[in-house]
Amino acid sequence: MRLKEKTRQIEKLKTGISGFDLVANGGLPKGRVTLVSGTAGSAKTVFACQFLGEGITKSNENGVFVTFEERPDDIRRNMLGFGWDIQRWEAEGKWAFVDASPEPAQAASIIGSYDFGALLARVEYAVSKVGAKRVSMDSIGAIFTRFPDAGIVRGELFRISSALREMGVTSVVTAERTQEYGEISRYGAEEFVADDVVILRNILEEEKRRRTVEILKFRGTNHQKGEYPFTVIPNEGVVVIPLSAIELKQKSSNIRVSSGNPELDKMCGGGFFRDSIILVSGATGCGKTLMVTEFIGGGASNGERCLLFAFEESRERLFRNAIGWGIDFEQMEKQGKLKLICEYPEIMGLEDHLIRMKAAIDEFKPNRLAVDSLSALERVSTIKGFREFVIGLTSFLKREEVAGLFTSTTPTLMGGTSITEAHISTITDSIILLRYVEMYGEMRRGLTVLKMRGSMHDKDIREFAIDSKGMHVGKPFRDVTGILAGIPQHVSPEEIERLSGLFKEEEYQGVR
Amino acid sequence: MVITKDKFVLKLYITGQTSRSQQAIANMRRICEGELAGQYQLIVIDVLERPQLAEDERILATPTLIKELPSPLRRLIGDMSNTEKVLLGLDLRPSTEFKSRRGGKQ
Repeated sequence: MRLKEKTRQIEKLKTGISGFDLVANGGLPKGRVTLVSGTAGSAKTVFACQFLGEGITKSNENGVFVTFEERPDDIRRNMLGFGWDIQRWEAEGKWAFVDASPEPAQAASIIGSYDFGALLARVEYAVSKVGAKRVSMDSIGAIFTRFPDAGIVRGELFRISSALREMGVTSVVTAERTQEYGEISRYGAEEFVADDVVILRNILEEEKRRRTVEILKFRGTNHQKGEYPFTVIPNEGVVVIPLSAIELKQKSSNIRVSSGNPELDKMCGGGFFRDSIILVSGATGCGKTLMVTEFIGGGASNGERCLLFAFEESRERLFRNAIGWGIDFEQMEKQGKLKLICEYPEIMGLEDHLIRMKAAIDEFKPNRLAVDSLSALERVSTIKGFREFVIGLTSFLKREEVAGLFTSTTPTLMGGTSITEAHISTITDSIILLRYVEMYGEMRRGLTVLKMRGSMHDKDIREFAIDSKGMHVGKPFRDVTGILAGIPQHVSPEEIERLSGLFKEEEYQGVR
Repeated sequence: MVITKDKFVLKLYITGQTSRSQQAIANMRRICEGELAGQYQLIVIDVLERPQLAEDERILATPTLIKELPSPLRRLIGDMSNTEKVLLGLDLRPSTEFKSRRGGKQ
């Protein structure tokens, strides 16, 4: 019997915290105590409240919240912003507080030995009163400062956590840490309260705050390793972005869609694939926004729904630009075929951008999406955070089977590689380069399809012109070399003749 | 002194009939009989039986003694094994600096 008990698989309890269950391979170990440790401001209380709140709203599991630090009134008020109406849940008998917060006026004097029997009795009473399946305790560090003998407090907390297990509830206990990378928690709480440890971090990196969650250990059961970014947003609370937990099981489509420019379609062997990710790289003023506009225009004229995220230009300017190229965005928006979202990258962190973008995609359900420009978002994040963002966004697009066109601004006028390209190029299915070509004192524009996954494509670097009808792709630059390197050099026609002849011969020999 | 004329209302919160609970009850009875005979009320509350009372009073540790009357409210935690400290905590003894100034009561 006992052996059977032991060998039984550890069940997981779905927390309902967005993304967390993916990282936790299903949720928190059921019937056990999980320590959630983090520095000040790492969203421990939000996590603890959300654990109960999601239980009530999503799984119909009631909860008990033991607060050692904040007054219940403060918690009720603070959590309203996340859409959790604790007061209502209390009235409905779904949520109960055990108020163990310090009383401001009176410090009790300690005379002789004592235990936390009353606290335990209150927790047990509250659990049975609401029929709780979940218990949160926040945060146990506060109790150490009120009782002088840390040894007694440790022993008593150990007793309480054992009692929680016996009650059959799944518990979250929060504790403070002093450093982001160091001991797991102050007072070594992990040793006496918990089987499982989750760490919330709030790291300052290159002057930017970055929140991550890491499951340090789940005794006897598996979980995803490493840190996962998360964010805390109004009306939702903690949202974990489970990047590498995303499965790579994208379907692949053979259906082509128009890029919005017939000549470019021809270069791409008949258009973009319906669910592909296209990166357009070019210097400023090179025609990237035009390409986005045509991509959107092509989609709309084909009856597709298009979503455009603009991080560099305002609505009015985009409207005006598009009209200048013969595409009426305003009309498209009126018909419901286009949704234009213009935002400054700086208004929020990249994690929040990702969640907002996903929400917009979920809501609008576009067939194609354009981001102009992706590199503008580099500014608000670290390189690591940016890479995670790009992976998160592209995998989401793939899953939703949305065609995505991202633009990236090169650091110099004549080309070069931006951070965006370095991190995204392997993820994208197609790469189109737009480059300035300097010829005899004149700036001309060149375009080439560098990569087109799963398709033949034109290998030429072609000149293109922009007029009131949009983009016109012309002839290849035959007598110039070094365009992509940013140092165009002219080659005499005879030399080209000689070189191509050389290659042809070798090619034939190779085939035989 | 004025305080001795007031009626003392003391509530002692305990958890079950443990030896620590018994000890606290015995200590308090002894102290009260010695110092407050006839003018005190000692109410023993077992939080296992009346958890809601413990919730209302936000009792964490047991035994906890609350002096409700006379004001000010006082909270003492522990098995009350140190009589002097208990008396001090219940304002039945002037604090040490007080004592040295007035010459004490003992």
